[in-house]
Amino acid sequence: MAAVNNLYSLTAHEAHRLLSRSEVTSVELTRSCLDRIEAVEDRVKAFVTITADLAMEQARAVDAGPVPGASSPLAGVPMQLKDVLCTRGVRTTCSSRMLEEFVPTYDATVAEKLHGGGAVLLGKGNMDEFAMGSSTESSAFHATVNPWALDRVPGGSSGGSAAAVASGEAVYALGSDTGGSIRQPASLCGVVGMKPTYGLVSRFGLVAFASSLDQVGPITRDVADCATVLGTIAGHDPRDSTSIPDRGVDYAGALTGEVVGMDGRSPLRIGIPREFAAEGLDPGVKEAVEVATSVLEGLGACLEEVSLPTTRHALACYYILALSECSANLARYDGVKFGYSYQDTADVWEAMEKTRQHGFGPEVKRRIMLGTYALSAGYYDAYYLKAQKVRTLIRREFDAVFRRVDLLATPTSPSVAFRLGERTADPLQMYLSDVYTVPASVAGLPAISVPCGFSGGLPVGLQLIGPHMSEATLLRTAHAFEQATSWHKLVPDL
Amino acid sequence: MPLTREEVLHIATLCRIGMPEEELETFAHQLSQILEMFQTLGELDTEGVPPTGHAASLETVLRDDEPGPSLSTTEALSNAPARVGDQFRVEVVLEE
Repeated sequence: MAAVNNLYSLTAHEAHRLLSRSEVTSVELTRSCLDRIEAVEDRVKAFVTITADLAMEQARAVDAGPVPGASSPLAGVPMQLKDVLCTRGVRTTCSSRMLEEFVPTYDATVAEKLHGGGAVLLGKGNMDEFAMGSSTESSAFHATVNPWALDRVPGGSSGGSAAAVASGEAVYALGSDTGGSIRQPASLCGVVGMKPTYGLVSRFGLVAFASSLDQVGPITRDVADCATVLGTIAGHDPRDSTSIPDRGVDYAGALTGEVVGMDGRSPLRIGIPREFAAEGLDPGVKEAVEVATSVLEGLGACLEEVSLPTTRHALACYYILALSECSANLARYDGVKFGYSYQDTADVWEAMEKTRQHGFGPEVKRRIMLGTYALSAGYYDAYYLKAQKVRTLIRREFDAVFRRVDLLATPTSPSVAFRLGERTADPLQMYLSDVYTVPASVAGLPAISVPCGFSGGLPVGLQLIGPHMSEATLLRTAHAFEQATSWHKLVPDL
Repeated sequence: MPLTREEVLHIATLCRIGMPEEELETFAHQLSQILEMFQTLGELDTEGVPPTGHAASLETVLRDDEPGPSLSTTEALSNAPARVGDQFRVEVVLEE
């Protein structure tokens, strides 16, 4: 844990301040990140593709300004996009053989928004194949390691993004979160990660895994950056029919340093769900989170124990829904229009079967098959329909609890970063990594993970969950917590 | 009840994933384990509970049908694994 003063270690708001005073150029910032990538990437392996030339070109364009959007808080700041987000002209692989050579002809809306604001793209982040996993080990190309301990996983599926931000390879990143894929790696890598309310950020150009759950969100070094990035990527998009209307919330402006309720005046009521301290919770994580909630109490929050009894079943509910949706979404990979294609077969069926046999890795196959089974004749009611009903129960419980409290505080992950290879042989054990993040996903709620301590030298994350569209309160609370602690300032020795 | 090799093969056929004989056992074991976890939902009483398909309670989104530019033929075909002229090439679908 060293204090560093290199350009690559700046937050976006620090970089913006220097850029706006002409104390540093975007080229200098970008060069610093690229040098950092050069120095540590062979160990961290956070990228699938590094776009050094493009980054320098974008940086020079910002420096040559005035360019449209040069006053944007993210102009000239180098970042990484998870490789599940389509980037025009830059291959987008989803860390899968299936899309190894796929070059999108359009940008995801979030990429377009960042580009419009003068962002600099350093490259594409490694991930679990098709965002299916919790350790980034299911990437078809290589595993990413945790910058805090090179023999451990960074979490997943946005592990490459969290590791890049933690290791100084990128100032911030965009990840995607279906059941915890932003929050859990952020927690394991000691950075900030937010999953917005379902529908707040456009999914256009986000390669689909489970469409009723997928959301794009920021992975950053502090909460101020999280608010700024969210403010840039949020907003209604006519190209995503599940996108919610704009409400014109100023996320960065919400960071007042206060711990107050939704109305900005009354005391903040924080619920501690008793079911989130269940069996399997690492004692070191439990302790760090308890200390964190007492810090919030010290800042004026009222803590109250609450109960969400169906949470125990959220994992099964989530996996049935996510895998069912995945089996439908991934039916498009047939080797005809784009992607890997097995050639020279006798007929179209053999071509499809061979394409999918060789193009998908084992975890993706498991998930497609489980989803197919859950949707198949005779099993639909018992699995998919049942899970949709349980989803209603989970939503109702959250609705009821949010009539009593403003936010919920829980651990983000039941454990700190686990060892590489420790859970790959046991898919079910891997799924249990998501036990604290899936409930908010199932209910479409926003949630943020912020660094709140260490256990055995590895970062622990505090998860705050709020009702729909409560991002401003979540960010304000997380920011106040961050101001009162210094966990977010620690960086790994690399 | 654990899945049999035949059931795994049937599922693989439904989703068109080629499944070599030697992988059947492993998949049968792993899928069965996960299905067992799924079955814990049976413990919950959901009598009369309506299903939730989507977390956001959205109404059907409609817009005017306004013609606009779309991908060019070149762009649409730019990732095609195999093509004949301006078309995607596929293996025979219907036999005579």
